[in-house]
Amino acid sequence: MSVTTVRKPSLLWRLPILSHLRQSVGVQRGMLIAGILISGMFIVAAIFAPLIAPYGFAQSRDENGLFGKQMPPSPEHLWGTTVGGFDVLSRVIWGTQTALSVVIVAVVLSIFAGVALGLVSGYLGGWLDRVLVVIADAIYPFPTLLLAIVMSIVISGGRSSLWSGILSAAISITVVFIPQYFRVVRAEAVRLKAEAFVESARVVGSSTGRIMFTHVLRNSTRTLPLILTLNASEAILTLAGLGFLGFGIAPTSAAEWGYDLNRALSDTASGIWWTGVFPGAAIVLLVLGLTLVGESINDISDPKLRTRKRLRKAA
Amino acid sequence: MTLLQEAEAPIDPPARPPRSRGRKAGGGIGLGRYVLIRALLIVPTVFILVSLVFFLMRVVGDPISASVGDRLTAAQLAERLAAAGYDRPIIVQYFEYLGQIATGDFGRTLSDNRLISEVLLTYGGATLELVFYALIVAFAIGIPFGMLAAYYKDRAPDAVLRILAILSYATPVFFAGLLLKLTFSVWLGWLPLGGRASTRVQIALGRLDDPTGIYLIDAIRSGNSVILGDVLLHAIMPALALGLLTAGVFLRLVRTNVIQTLSNDYVDAARSRGVSEFRLVRYHAYKPALIPIVTVIGLQIALLLGGAVLTESTFEWRGLGFQLAQYLGARDFVAVQGIVALLAVIVAVTNFIVDVIAALIDPRVRY
Repeated sequence: MSVTTVRKPSLLWRLPILSHLRQSVGVQRGMLIAGILISGMFIVAAIFAPLIAPYGFAQSRDENGLFGKQMPPSPEHLWGTTVGGFDVLSRVIWGTQTALSVVIVAVVLSIFAGVALGLVSGYLGGWLDRVLVVIADAIYPFPTLLLAIVMSIVISGGRSSLWSGILSAAISITVVFIPQYFRVVRAEAVRLKAEAFVESARVVGSSTGRIMFTHVLRNSTRTLPLILTLNASEAILTLAGLGFLGFGIAPTSAAEWGYDLNRALSDTASGIWWTGVFPGAAIVLLVLGLTLVGESINDISDPKLRTRKRLRKAA
Repeated sequence: MTLLQEAEAPIDPPARPPRSRGRKAGGGIGLGRYVLIRALLIVPTVFILVSLVFFLMRVVGDPISASVGDRLTAAQLAERLAAAGYDRPIIVQYFEYLGQIATGDFGRTLSDNRLISEVLLTYGGATLELVFYALIVAFAIGIPFGMLAAYYKDRAPDAVLRILAILSYATPVFFAGLLLKLTFSVWLGWLPLGGRASTRVQIALGRLDDPTGIYLIDAIRSGNSVILGDVLLHAIMPALALGLLTAGVFLRLVRTNVIQTLSNDYVDAARSRGVSEFRLVRYHAYKPALIPIVTVIGLQIALLLGGAVLTESTFEWRGLGFQLAQYLGARDFVAVQGIVALLAVIVAVTNFIVDVIAALIDPRVRY
């Protein structure tokens, strides 16, 4: 029998997703790896879109003239062309960029706003806390999409260019997510407020701000990676929903999958499948990838749901 | 609200403030008092949402400039604004709006000058019907397969079912609709492309004395099997598209809950008496695992209403959501605001009903 020493894993392996990967086994590990691979593929596609995409997202002609409308897949246009005469493959690849920018902006904004509000509300309490809780509770059960529609009317009047479009879609989604982060962080802050280490910090004379943002904040972000991945996938679906209703980003300023699906819907009656199937599949795959990551993190963090390593005979 | 978070919610019982407040107010209060307090909570919820929507929509300006502003001269615009009362201070307009809502008046649409409440009466039935079908699909798929996944926990069937559940959630309803249309209408030619019924059937249903607008009920009342068949045939694809979205959530929820229930002591006791694993899932863990589902149905209704907007646009199902999309396209923001406010009321009332049902089933909720 060999003597094994318990080594503390290096910092890299203690980062959220990687630490989960280290703990996982079997099916759970497979799901996590699959999720990371799929999401990674989209991130690569988004970063290198200018290199990978054969044409621009609003390009309808090259040196040989117009692409033609609703052309079936061919060597020049691997996934065919849309009703507007754009290359489907290129629009799907450029759409990755739009989707991921919206997700990043939305998640970053809602984390900052939600966490700050939750922390202040939970730690300080009082009337501010009561008002915020009531507002968050009123928004929470309301259909995400409807709220996002209202927000996008407010922000852009429903029509927008690339950056204002990405921003307004992101902010629309943010408003929906803030109550979720708020609830989670607030609950943690309320719980931590009574802990001994917070009390001792107070006794030592730390300022309220310091206690909130160093002691309480650090300990209340446990569940954030999970909500983050789940919200990222929700953000993509909301963006696509807005685009489908014609409330997303204008087609000439960026490629957006939901809008393309809207235009593709009328193509189906004549049996044209390539305009809708590819952008739709892109949405499904990206959401699937992100959800697999989120779902595995959740299961692995929860000791009741985690599959445990079997003890090796040699050990 | 996120689908998945709802699904995970029961893992640590959600301390939903309406309930915890009920607890604080009476500590061990009776059902009657709980219902009363919970009913009173509808008012602030609706009030907050309606106010929020009102002020948000007015931040950008008035609805008349938004819809026809670029087609009118400044003088014409000012005249229309004055006629509609939009030139008064916003706070005055706000209180007037609140007063109207309190009396059930949600305003008139700008584009076709109809009462919003009349729009609800005309199209609400269709949406209700769609949500009803979708719930049936969701239950029929989600519950049995969720139990199956729990039974095969961490083995191949579980993995496959869970991937399918995630796929059903990851697929936007309009993409599911597009695929269904391609497969069953265009290629196979089995089902109609869209709409709620064929034109002839619609006319026949319209001729009934006082039609409910809910085609299923009207068709049954007509007693004509051809009409009923036509109505049901049109409902299959929309119901599947919307139902599958929720089915995935139900599946995950049932799976998680059954697994958690199976780790209880009384299940261990039954297992030690030699009760089979299948019997444990089917009889012992089934009922307790269903309680959390009742609780999340409230949130699911909200999700289904949001999904209904997209489903109705996909299948030209002329319901409230289809109408909302039309008004959005026409930039009729008065109508949008009215319908959203109306839906806020519907969501708040449904959540109240669901909470009361949950309290009836599970006494822990009301103490």
